[in-house]
Amino acid sequence: MSFAKPLATLRTSAGLPTGRLALWWLLASEVIIFGGLLASYVMQRLGHPEWAYEAEHTNIWFGAGNTIILLTSSLSAVLAHQAAQTGDGKKAARYLWLTIGGAAWFIVNKAIEWTGEISHGFTITKSGFWSFYYTAAGLHGLHVIAGATAMAIVALDAAKNKELQRVEYVGIYWHLVDVIWIFLFPLLYIAK
Amino acid sequence: MSTHAADHAHAPDSGDEHEHVHPPSFYVKIWAILTVLFAISVAGPMLGVKIVTILTAFGIAIAKAYLVCAYFMHLNIQRRWVVYLELAVLGMVLLFWFGVAPDVMKHEGQNWENVAAKQAVERGMAAHAAGAAHADAPAAPH
Amino acid sequence: MTTTTASHHADAHAAGHAHDDHEQSFFVKYLWSTDHKVIGFQYMITGLLMAMIGGYMAYGFRMQLAWPGEWIPGVGFLSSQQYNAYVTTHGTVMIFWFAMPVLIAAFGNWLIPLMIGCDDMAFPRINRLSYQVFLISAVVLIGSFFVDGGAFGGAWTAYPPLSAKATMNLSPLGSTMWVLAVALEFVAFLLGGINFITTAMNARAPGMKMMDIPIVVWMIVVASILFMVSVGPLVAGAAMLVLDQQLGTAFYDPSGGGDPILWQHLFWFFGHPEVYVVLLPAMGVCAEIITCNARKKFFGYKTLLYTVFATGIISFFVWAHHQFVAGIDPRMANVFTITTLIISIPIAEMIFLYIATLAGGQIRLNVPMLWALSFVAEFLLGGVTGIFLGASGSDIYFHDTYFVIAHFHYTFVPIAVIACFAGFTHWIPKMTGKMMNETLGKLHFWTTIVGFNLVFLPLFITGMWGDHRRIYNYDHFPDLSTQALQDLRIASTVGLLIMIAAQGFFVWNLIWTWKKGPAAGNNPWQGTTLEWSTTSPPGHGNFHPMPTVYRGPYEYSVPGAEADFLPQSQPPA
Repeated sequence: MSFAKPLATLRTSAGLPTGRLALWWLLASEVIIFGGLLASYVMQRLGHPEWAYEAEHTNIWFGAGNTIILLTSSLSAVLAHQAAQTGDGKKAARYLWLTIGGAAWFIVNKAIEWTGEISHGFTITKSGFWSFYYTAAGLHGLHVIAGATAMAIVALDAAKNKELQRVEYVGIYWHLVDVIWIFLFPLLYIAK
Repeated sequence: MSTHAADHAHAPDSGDEHEHVHPPSFYVKIWAILTVLFAISVAGPMLGVKIVTILTAFGIAIAKAYLVCAYFMHLNIQRRWVVYLELAVLGMVLLFWFGVAPDVMKHEGQNWENVAAKQAVERGMAAHAAGAAHADAPAAPH
Repeated sequence: MTTTTASHHADAHAAGHAHDDHEQSFFVKYLWSTDHKVIGFQYMITGLLMAMIGGYMAYGFRMQLAWPGEWIPGVGFLSSQQYNAYVTTHGTVMIFWFAMPVLIAAFGNWLIPLMIGCDDMAFPRINRLSYQVFLISAVVLIGSFFVDGGAFGGAWTAYPPLSAKATMNLSPLGSTMWVLAVALEFVAFLLGGINFITTAMNARAPGMKMMDIPIVVWMIVVASILFMVSVGPLVAGAAMLVLDQQLGTAFYDPSGGGDPILWQHLFWFFGHPEVYVVLLPAMGVCAEIITCNARKKFFGYKTLLYTVFATGIISFFVWAHHQFVAGIDPRMANVFTITTLIISIPIAEMIFLYIATLAGGQIRLNVPMLWALSFVAEFLLGGVTGIFLGASGSDIYFHDTYFVIAHFHYTFVPIAVIACFAGFTHWIPKMTGKMMNETLGKLHFWTTIVGFNLVFLPLFITGMWGDHRRIYNYDHFPDLSTQALQDLRIASTVGLLIMIAAQGFFVWNLIWTWKKGPAAGNNPWQGTTLEWSTTSPPGHGNFHPMPTVYRGPYEYSVPGAEADFLPQSQPPA
């Protein structure tokens, strides 16, 4: 079904494009979802010194590897935006697919990491630390998958030079996924 | 928050399509700085000093988040109220933290004591002490 | 690029699409539509149907309380497990599936694009998606009655361990479905809320400045922001609760190192702002009706906005007043007592502004106005009794008594029922093009108000006498099964029966309106805001041509003007 954008989508009384405006609000809601979860984790972690012994069993190299993957995929996302700004939809789409590749690599890493941990008995019910570990990283993982899916949809359009402004929007969302991981990494892997 | 949006509607363009386009090398530079910061945050704990670990881990996390938000998300050239909006939301997280931590983080207070939580801490500590007796157990944290 | 040129550019761009109205199938037109008016109707009808379900539950448990253990017509014998499920579902449905969809989603969808003068919501397809997710959430909630173990019965606050342990709540599937339904509902309203905020910020008609936006639009937008900012921690908390229920984690289980108080904080950090999420649109609806029917400019438009912002901000600092007896630190209880009492200041200021708007006006006592005035009066009673509960000292006595029930129903019934009917009767001529019957409307109004007060005034008294809520059969508690208490309970139940029967007038009125309601014309109430300048019902695209705004929203009885109202779109002479 073809869909003609209504006038309401095209107006800009607040001075910035509707899509980006909505995105900042979406980001605000995401920040508070993760903020609430991480605040709960931090206060419990500070109240339970014994969780530090559990945290020792996390593998910093998996965490570090995933951090660098996300940082690099953020770079390719912003390069996609840059290409879209210059009007090169094909290049933007290529960079987006690169970013999606990073997301896939991240998820594969995560799967290997979790399989190892679960097979060593560090399951979600082992202790409060592991419950938060799987919940926080799992919720973040869902965002990685959602972001990659959105990027795939945008990349298909961008390759045909359609809806290029959306390249920026998925990029901003992807940077949020990156920023959340930037905080998850020290909270779950480094602080011991 | 949103309420001042249109006050800026007539302000000179700052968050619009016609923004300055950075060359790719600019973003690669930011990425290089992020990577260096990341390396420091991973190397930090290897010194084995707790305060250094915390500073490198969380100080650098904030620095990295700032770089990504400012230059990758382009919050530095976004309308100011967008930044205030996101900061206000972060403020709500802090508010949540300060309202809840006195009851959840602390295990005792004025005329109350969280016996179950204290027992859980003791159990965890005892389990670790028992585990540490084994040769394959990791070293105790600082 | 200035606002005006940007908007004109967009207007020109969209003009090509304005007249692509063509024949659509029933499915596309009414069920798969992206038109904000249709989606508003979808929300309104779903919300009213859910209110009937919630009302049926209330009927079931109030009958059980008045005549314990007896056979209830239409329900049968109510077991204690069913009683708990009914109470829980009543609370959940009335807040999440009635108050929110009707006040925010239905009125938001109807009014925001019409009042700000554009053709649709900023994201019509996300709007449709939000309704569909909402519908699924309602189906999941109702479905929980038919699974093994029945629906969740741990109260709408879902405190663990009762909500987390199937061994305690006896509804292993129902409790998870309840959390899932609520979570889906949150998703629907996050999608809808972002849409409302973005539309009101970005899609305003040329010339409409911030201070030209009608109050109800402001209120719905502020409510959407409050919802979005408060619900986050609970979304995370709900995920944790499901993990506790289904995987056996111990987020809220003290024996495993968790903390049940954490859930209470996560819940009320959302749950208290939620009160204002539904209150503000209700106040906005009544503000529109009062200023229109007092034929007077709203007194202190900007002051009202500042009090709304103040209310919104302070509402985040009061949540723990629900937990005074839950074991929170008394020093924090002091802080939350003070903030709770402070929030009554902006709310009282709002009420004063409404009264000041009425003062000296040429008041028309039509049906919407009756509802709006009764909202102010009845809500005042709810607000004033809240002082007893906000002060931690007296709350320790009143906690979990029927005084609490009476208090929050004196806030929520005016919000969800009275303001809903106020807005419904005011805008239904616009949305359907037909006038409702005034006589039937007044009968409906007076019987509902009498019934409502008869339900909840006795409960203040039983509450003060120590009547504990969440009790299935008072015969088991000799102290609470005295004749005096039981008489009051029966009075309350009779009130409910009157209130339910009163809705027959409403249904009758709807059928009358449908069959032989006279045509409403564009502007039956002589209103000034933009929705009254288009046809009733507005066609596809709402306005032809798109309006431009020249003046504030409430130019009633302007000295020297020919008519006693100046529409926002009327150019200056």
